[in-house]
Amino acid sequence: MALAQAKQDVTEARLAALSLPEGAGWIKAAREDALARLRAMGLPGRRDEYWKWTRPDALTAPDAAQAAVFEGDDTPVFGEIDRVRLVFVDGVFDAAQSDDPTLAGVEIERLEAAAQTDIHWLKELYGVLETRGQDPVHRPLAALNTAYATDGVVIRATGKAERPVSLIYLHESETSDATLHHVIKVEEGAELTVLENGPAAARLNMVMEVEVADNAAFHHVRAQGRDHERRAVTHLFARLGTESVFKSFTMTANGVLTRNESVIELTGDNATAHIAGACTGDGDFHHDDTVFITHDAAHCESRQVYKKVLRNGAAGVFQGKILVKPDAQKTDGYQISQALLLDGDSQFFAKPELEIYADDVQCSHGSTTGAIDETAIFYLRSRGVPEAEAQDLLTLAFLAEAIEEIEDETIAEDIRTRLEAWLARRRGG
Amino acid sequence: MLEIKNLHVKLEEEDKAILKGVDLSIGAGEVHAIMGPNGSGKSTLSYVMSGRDGYEVTEGTATLEGADVLEMEPEERAAAGLFLAFQYPVEIPGVGNMTFLRTALNSQRKARGQEELSAGDFLKLIRAKAADLKIGADMLKRPVNVGFSGGEKKRNEILQMAVLEPKMCILDETDSGLDVDAMKLVSDGVNALRDAGRSFLVITHYQRLLNHIVPDVVHIMANGQIVKSGGKELALEVEENGYADILGDVPGEVV
Repeated sequence: MALAQAKQDVTEARLAALSLPEGAGWIKAAREDALARLRAMGLPGRRDEYWKWTRPDALTAPDAAQAAVFEGDDTPVFGEIDRVRLVFVDGVFDAAQSDDPTLAGVEIERLEAAAQTDIHWLKELYGVLETRGQDPVHRPLAALNTAYATDGVVIRATGKAERPVSLIYLHESETSDATLHHVIKVEEGAELTVLENGPAAARLNMVMEVEVADNAAFHHVRAQGRDHERRAVTHLFARLGTESVFKSFTMTANGVLTRNESVIELTGDNATAHIAGACTGDGDFHHDDTVFITHDAAHCESRQVYKKVLRNGAAGVFQGKILVKPDAQKTDGYQISQALLLDGDSQFFAKPELEIYADDVQCSHGSTTGAIDETAIFYLRSRGVPEAEAQDLLTLAFLAEAIEEIEDETIAEDIRTRLEAWLARRRGG
Repeated sequence: MLEIKNLHVKLEEEDKAILKGVDLSIGAGEVHAIMGPNGSGKSTLSYVMSGRDGYEVTEGTATLEGADVLEMEPEERAAAGLFLAFQYPVEIPGVGNMTFLRTALNSQRKARGQEELSAGDFLKLIRAKAADLKIGADMLKRPVNVGFSGGEKKRNEILQMAVLEPKMCILDETDSGLDVDAMKLVSDGVNALRDAGRSFLVITHYQRLLNHIVPDVVHIMANGQIVKSGGKELALEVEENGYADILGDVPGEVV
């Protein structure tokens, strides 16, 4: 079916000023394929079902809208964690600010360098997981990313990494438009933790493709930057092998627009995938978690835990699906999405879905929207806890289930501290 | 300690008077009991004292050591030494019992201008108090009241009381839902806290609890007023003859 003219127009307007980056034959082909995919799908519009609750306009416009740089003076997240730091400024890798990317059992390369290499393992993954993730739901912004991304990291873990790889995204220009594409391959039996933090740019389009091989483990903790006016769309594509473990947690505080899509395929028996998010929004804030988990092997476990605290007209969206294929017997799937609305102006939209074709599975999902429990507030106050602190305590308790998905206790504590600070800043405000 | 004079209270949402002139004077170190049939206003009195929303005081006063209780926020009342053991203790998922107790204690200390207790000192304190009430480490770690049995919830209330060391304790039907053993444990906990500087107001339907927590004064409440007061033998009289008999003597509305 031909694309509607309006959609074609939006797509071509976005592409007009772009040209496909140079590179080795294989990546050139991958980029051309991605462009063809994108042209066939067209960029998302307001009428698309998958974008029902999130306006894609700012993400599809030819230029990034201006976004003021947030002058945060507090210590950045993960500051106390011993890690390999890779710094990107407005979407461009900055070697001078980064650590020497040497880590035993881990190869780290810049995408740009890998793309010039004629023979590279990256060929098997670049745009491959993204392509797999286009069915049954279109993700045109990810295809756009695959076609035009010039920067990002390419990581291959062959052993148990001693330290996390930490991607730091600095935002310095008010009109920067960043496209980052990371590819991570965790080989059989290897373990890797990747941290991400920072706003990245005025507008960010980020794709991360992660292949977790048999018996491998991948941990991912992300803190999306506090810059209030930034906009971001991210896609996390993961494919999991037998007995592998994948855990991802995202904290989002601030940002006028964030759409985080996660597409996870469990393709080996006994694999585990946990994905969680905690977001806190105040005022002009729109946050969308869109998740698609496919069980395509037996005895796998997946968990989705999403918590949103919203106030002053902030909006939250959750679209989460568990698809259980016919052979994925003994699947254990769990999905919860909850919003805590701190006032009557905020909104939460949720679309939890289960689609199950195997007959011996255990899947549950739940979604709730509610105000803070006044009875609990009174109980705390009657014990001497002032009202504002009581509210913070209950808000953190609400977020706790998502934070508990972070495996590393030090990192979890760091995240908890950030959320506490966010709440404290808003006290009485 | 606690002086309540001519207290009239109505529901905020509707024009329904619940307390119609309650007078109560509890001296330091005294234990008073309030008994009365369902709907007499016993629990409302405890809610109004603790500062719960939904009630409007239309007349009268209540002071704690001379300070106007009705003017204070709930947390200020707590810091001033008022404690309500809830009839239905509230479950707070996600907040550990220890965190809850420590936050409460330190909030009160801060409000009173005292230094906050360190994690170590708090741990010592809580372990000692919990052991007395046969509360194990598991109950301290779990989220507040979540998954607690009826008896555990009530013991947890008494533990909070023991940790916070209030001056004026109001126990709202603490005996409801307790078996004989749990009632003994809870009563022992309360009795251990009795001293010359601490007063209790025990609200109950049944005389049974008062065998364990022996009151100095027993009041009978009906239709929003205290209609009769006496010694502990008044409770026995209720147990034997029921409320109707006693209330029959009382002039005014028939309940």
